[in-house]
Amino acid sequence: MADLANTGSLQLRDVTKMFGTFRAVDSVNLDIQKGEFLTLLGPSGSGKTTLLMMIAGFLDITHGDIALDGASIADVPAEKRNFGMVFQGYALFPHMSVRDNVGYALSVRKKPAPEIKTRVDEMLELVQLQDFADRKPTQLSGGQQQRVALARALCFAPPVLLLDEPLGALDKKLRVEVQEQLKDIHRRIGTTFIYVTHDQEEALSMSDRIVIMRDGSIEQVGTPKELYERPATRFAASFLGKSNFITQGVKTFALRPEKIDLRVGQGGDDARTSGTIRSITYFGSMQRIIVDTAQGDEIEVDIDVWRNQEALSVGAAVDLLWQDAAAVELKET
Amino acid sequence: MNALRKHIHPGWLIIAPLLVMVMALYLGPILNILWLSVTDPEPGFGNYAKLGESDALIRILWTTVRICIITTVFSVTLGYSIAYAMMHCHQRQKNYMLTLLLVSFWISILVRTFSWLMLLGRRGLVNVALEDIGLIAEPIAFMRNELGVLIGMIHYMIPYAVLPLLVSMQAIDQRVMDASRNLGASGSQTFLRIYLPLTTPGLVASTLLVFILSLGFYVTPAVLGGGKVLMVAEYISVQLLVTLQWGTAAMLAALMLFGVLAMLWIMSRFMKLSTVFGGAAR
Ligand SMILES: Nc1ncnc2c1ncn2[C@@H]1O[C@H](COP(=O)(O)OP(=O)(O)OP(=O)(O)O)[C@@H](O)[C@H]1O
Ligand SMILES: [Mg+2]
Repeated sequence: MADLANTGSLQLRDVTKMFGTFRAVDSVNLDIQKGEFLTLLGPSGSGKTTLLMMIAGFLDITHGDIALDGASIADVPAEKRNFGMVFQGYALFPHMSVRDNVGYALSVRKKPAPEIKTRVDEMLELVQLQDFADRKPTQLSGGQQQRVALARALCFAPPVLLLDEPLGALDKKLRVEVQEQLKDIHRRIGTTFIYVTHDQEEALSMSDRIVIMRDGSIEQVGTPKELYERPATRFAASFLGKSNFITQGVKTFALRPEKIDLRVGQGGDDARTSGTIRSITYFGSMQRIIVDTAQGDEIEVDIDVWRNQEALSVGAAVDLLWQDAAAVELKET
Repeated sequence: MNALRKHIHPGWLIIAPLLVMVMALYLGPILNILWLSVTDPEPGFGNYAKLGESDALIRILWTTVRICIITTVFSVTLGYSIAYAMMHCHQRQKNYMLTLLLVSFWISILVRTFSWLMLLGRRGLVNVALEDIGLIAEPIAFMRNELGVLIGMIHYMIPYAVLPLLVSMQAIDQRVMDASRNLGASGSQTFLRIYLPLTTPGLVASTLLVFILSLGFYVTPAVLGGGKVLMVAEYISVQLLVTLQWGTAAMLAALMLFGVLAMLWIMSRFMKLSTVFGGAAR
């Protein structure tokens, strides 16, 4: 896999996709570093799959340009782009064994059989499916099928791997497990991963950078921490994690629920605002408390269960406190 | 009674009368034919022995098989391209083509056969037109020969070939084809290595259907063959109605039955018949 040490960066310039008069993807500009784990995050219909399909070459771009390592690939057909792809639902070849599925990319490139065998064994080991080489896809569990799809897409050492909600069909527990494996594989092979999901936790825990998409355009790009700590817009703040919004004059601030402290009793001079508790919901590791403020707003506060064990009850009067840095000013209201 | 109930699902009791009736109406006549073939005109395998003695019989069987094979090859090949085109055009055109396909099922076989005579007969549209332009001096003999029989039979069989193919093509996930391209396969590689294997059950079903239907074809060979192309079905009817040799007729019918069963048996050695006839593809 040494041959791709210097390839795998992508440049998207004004990429736009129209379906009739509808803009599914709208002037997307993005530089993707080689070896990066980039996540496209957004609600349903925000254009994630469409953008991915244009990168893969299955959809023509209406205008704009996509370049690999600086050279435009807009006119290169899908089968010549050499991008690996893990499809939503995996799209394994049902009539072929796991081994033939994984080796397909090499065998259509007419590589000699021994070379294919070595490489396939290597890939099966990477995804820990050595013992399943002779099974058919229908004889595998969802998680195993997912790993076959991954091995198949990585077998020809593509510079870029595209994944469209690869964990969508798995249950919660398995998802977390496969997330770890995916991260681990990414670290080991250093391929650029472009990952589509609408699961914000998945995006936060796996990505080097996250692109938040909304109605076909990019809302905000940044590392998970940047996006969480400094959301630029109301949409970004509420899509990635939970957020309270506070208006002061013409300015709006986003305030994460876990960054607020709560003190029983009213009128402390360090209090930002005060109010009464409307509800308390217990989540095990923390409790979510909704406070109606004197100004008529509703503020959510997440606090550890072990704190404030005294007199927290619905209807109690409380002061709310937070640090200056906790309130992030938003660009738009 | 209770013990019985444990072993036999009550549902069976409800359908039992129908089951018995169907078995009687189906198996009865078949057994009767088998019986006739070894008893008429006298007990023994005399009828079957004729196969070894009579060149004419062998020639008829060979004509039948040859015509059936050619018909099947052309119908299934053409049917495959038609089904493929239907799957890959716009929804509107697809509905249009599907309607045409169904309409052809509703038109009587006699009408469809005679229309070929109007088109391709000695004084048919095509010959007259070609003569008028001066391209040919003598009418081309499209009809009243084996070519005529083949044209008529292939035309009649194509819709039957299309339907099973359409079903198996419809079941293919477009993403599987995309995946193949994404992995670097060219169009023809994708077709040969993914599309064709995935439509093989449909191909087999369509081949069996067309071949078996062709074996018993009667009207088209009789009309378009002009008496020169004798196939088994027509010969059987002659034995029944003209020469009254029911034993020979029964023997030929039994032979066709065994032929079809043997074919199904050979196929079942290569693939599960349930996948061919629309069972779960596994
Ligand atoms: N072939 C098409 N023709 C017309 N509109 C389309 C087509 N494909 C997608 N769209 C529209 O483009 C928009 C973006 O679709 P896309 O599939 O990219 O969304 P997505 O972000 O992947 O959503 P999801 O999370 O539900 O998969 C949607 O509004 C969709 O209806
Ligand atoms: Mg999608």
